[in-house]
Amino acid sequence: MTTASSADHPTRRDFLFVATGAVAAVGAAATVWPLVSQMNPDASTIAAGAPIEVDLTPIAEGQDIKVFWRGKPIYISHRTKKQIEEARKVAVSSLPDPQSDEQRVKPGHDQWLVVVGICTHLGCIPIAHEGAYDGFFCPCHGSVYDTSGRIRQGPAPANLPIPPYSFVSDTKIQIG
Amino acid sequence: MSGPSDFQPTNPALKWIERRLPIMGLMHSSFVAYPTPRNLNYWWTFGAILSLMLGVQILTGVILAMHYTPHADLAFKSVELIVRDVNYGWLLRNIHASGASMFFFAVYIHMFRGLYYGSYKEPREVLWILGVIIYLLMMATGFMGYVLPWGQMSFWGATVITNLFSAVPYFGETIVTWLWGGYAVGNPTLNRFFSLHYLLPFVIAGVVVLHIWALHVAGQNNPAGVEPKSEKDTVPFTPYATIKDMFGVSCFLLFFAWFIFYMPNYLGDADNYIPANPGVTPAHIVPEWYYLPFYAILRSIPNKLAGVVAMFGAIIILAFLPWLDSAKTRSSKYRPLAKQFFWMFVVVCIGLGYLGAQPPEGIYVIVGRILTVCYFAYFLIVLPLLSRIEKPRPVPNSIADDVLAKTGGKSAPMVSTVIALMVAGGLLVGGAHDARADDHGDKPPGQKWSFSGPFGKFDRGALQRGLKVYKEVCSSCHGLSYVAFRNLAEAGGPGYSVAQAQAFASDYKIKDGPNDQGEMFERPGRPADYFPSPFPNEQAARAANGGAAPPDLSLIAKARSYKRGFPMFLIDFFTQYQEQGPDYVAALLQGYEEKAPAGFNLPEGSHYNKYFPGHAIKMPKPLNDGQVTYDDGSPATVAQYAKDVTTFLMWAAEPHMEARKQLGLQVFVFLILLTVLLYFTKKKVWANAH
Repeated sequence: MTTASSADHPTRRDFLFVATGAVAAVGAAATVWPLVSQMNPDASTIAAGAPIEVDLTPIAEGQDIKVFWRGKPIYISHRTKKQIEEARKVAVSSLPDPQSDEQRVKPGHDQWLVVVGICTHLGCIPIAHEGAYDGFFCPCHGSVYDTSGRIRQGPAPANLPIPPYSFVSDTKIQIG
Repeated sequence: MSGPSDFQPTNPALKWIERRLPIMGLMHSSFVAYPTPRNLNYWWTFGAILSLMLGVQILTGVILAMHYTPHADLAFKSVELIVRDVNYGWLLRNIHASGASMFFFAVYIHMFRGLYYGSYKEPREVLWILGVIIYLLMMATGFMGYVLPWGQMSFWGATVITNLFSAVPYFGETIVTWLWGGYAVGNPTLNRFFSLHYLLPFVIAGVVVLHIWALHVAGQNNPAGVEPKSEKDTVPFTPYATIKDMFGVSCFLLFFAWFIFYMPNYLGDADNYIPANPGVTPAHIVPEWYYLPFYAILRSIPNKLAGVVAMFGAIIILAFLPWLDSAKTRSSKYRPLAKQFFWMFVVVCIGLGYLGAQPPEGIYVIVGRILTVCYFAYFLIVLPLLSRIEKPRPVPNSIADDVLAKTGGKSAPMVSTVIALMVAGGLLVGGAHDARADDHGDKPPGQKWSFSGPFGKFDRGALQRGLKVYKEVCSSCHGLSYVAFRNLAEAGGPGYSVAQAQAFASDYKIKDGPNDQGEMFERPGRPADYFPSPFPNEQAARAANGGAAPPDLSLIAKARSYKRGFPMFLIDFFTQYQEQGPDYVAALLQGYEEKAPAGFNLPEGSHYNKYFPGHAIKMPKPLNDGQVTYDDGSPATVAQYAKDVTTFLMWAAEPHMEARKQLGLQVFVFLILLTVLLYFTKKKVWANAH
């Protein structure tokens, strides 16, 4: 319908239509934002995801515990000498996700392995102290991790991730 | 929806689809090529507004359901968490809650428009009846939605409305128990209401499709009430009706946004910020404003069953309108008597609405009965009689003639009707306010608050001092359980840093556990923790305080109100006054008197307070001069304490108030710009049609 009388004021008329359409489009886009943003974690969830402290004294050598941080299970393993040796013996280049054991622990705290206990395949929780490498074994699809939490066999593409953590003292870590 | 379309897409892929599913043709014939009478006025825009509102309600409702917990113990809290913690949760909740009112506001105008212009007459009877069904479904949906926040009004509204069914002879009690899923309104009731509240809007949407289908078969009615005869009488839906509707919708959004951003609690009830308590009924049970006329009819009739029948009858009777009014002339424009009676009927409905909000006593009951008779007389006597005796004025030959006949000077009556309706609507809403907040206390003096008005902000100093007063005085008896320590560091709050909030939290001992030994233990507070309550449960609080449990203060500034009266409530709408709560709280803290006035019988263990409803309050005078030391040199007086702690409690009740007002300003600037642009675009588009 712009054709009939647009000859009179072609530019002014078209400008009005384009401006109205543009403003309406901006409004529609701005309206979408709160509708999308509301699905992100809310303030209480974010606040509950604050760092936690874990006391390591009750964990004997060869034992491990599972704590939860941000809804994720975190394995804290107090590794034996044998487990550490096994983890360091393997040629890093032969691994599917090459990483040395030293890269996966804090210097001076070789006996402590802290990993997110979620299989990198599809999110199941691997069982500690199981599988051919005395590390972790995921019962869902048979991924096997070694004593450093590195993937050795099965469909998982990557090593168990290391959560952000630090040693507050020799017997206490802060995760997050 | 008006027969096969000749629309053919040019794109081969679309052509392929169109041959198999002619959906584009359907859309084209329904919303593009569809001929719409060229003389439609803006009252016809409310159809588009209603479609929009249904969409808005479904969209925001689906989102709110993602965060809401339909459980009697958790529902109230989950609504508060939506408002406080979910990103834009306050916005979505305000849209949904005031959206319900806007939906009804629009539907009432839509219905009165149909009534005035005879839109229910042959061949549009089915269209009209479908509309009545939609209205009934809306009422059910609105009622069940109001129950979900599980506040005092939710709970008692649910109790009263479900008890309507106990009027049914013989089976009444059985039906009510069945509705409740228990022996009283409780968790099963809340669960099923949530389920149905989610379902019914989609049923409404389905009936709306039928409504629009029927509309497109019969074609739209128009102000002249004559059917289109030639091409000259109509214009294509797009762009003419589309652009006009968009302009109308944009104007409506401005009105809507006023509530969302500036008056979110104007249409609500302060009592609904008190969690449901099956042991205490609020002094005045008032339904939402849109049910008031029918509530008035219910109460006008002294017999329980007859009252319920009359109330439902008042709605059902609308479905018979096409046969009650058999006049050949559709539009009241050409029916001098019907026109006058129509406006009287409007006044009767508003009058009933006003009465519905008044206490059922004295003159209100008598007037209510008269108006109830008038309501039914309009349908059962006036309309049938008029269609026999009235001599209508001649109707125009065609729509085109009607358009040509009125050039200029037509907008004035429209504007005055809009203003009249706004005032009347305000009266109705104000009437609802009138009945609220039991008024046996003195009226609190209005205070000047830094946070009032469209640009209001909290005074940071007052918030920090108020927090100190709360911590040192109030917190020994009152909880603040919806406020977390982290909130103290959030934007729009007391302005503490994260480290300060952390330090503040660590002063508190928080109960946590169980630990590995299965024991509960205490640890220093963290920012994520909430203010601990002074008593482990309500019974302990009651026992320690002479039988009256000190209320949690998280929402107190919104949960208390007082009667504003006419005409203040009307003025409040424009001045955005919503500080009844803070005014009341501040007044209460200063309203203690050593001795009750002579003749006042003060019960043992109570104290006299000028502003407390009933004057006898269990709480002893909490604040005295010099009790709390201020570091910033503010006077250590009761007046200053009261003001500071009230400011703090207002923030505690609505921590995102500043964000709300700030976004409101941006939205208004945008909407005004859009409305102006749409107005000129509409003028340009319609220039071709005239």
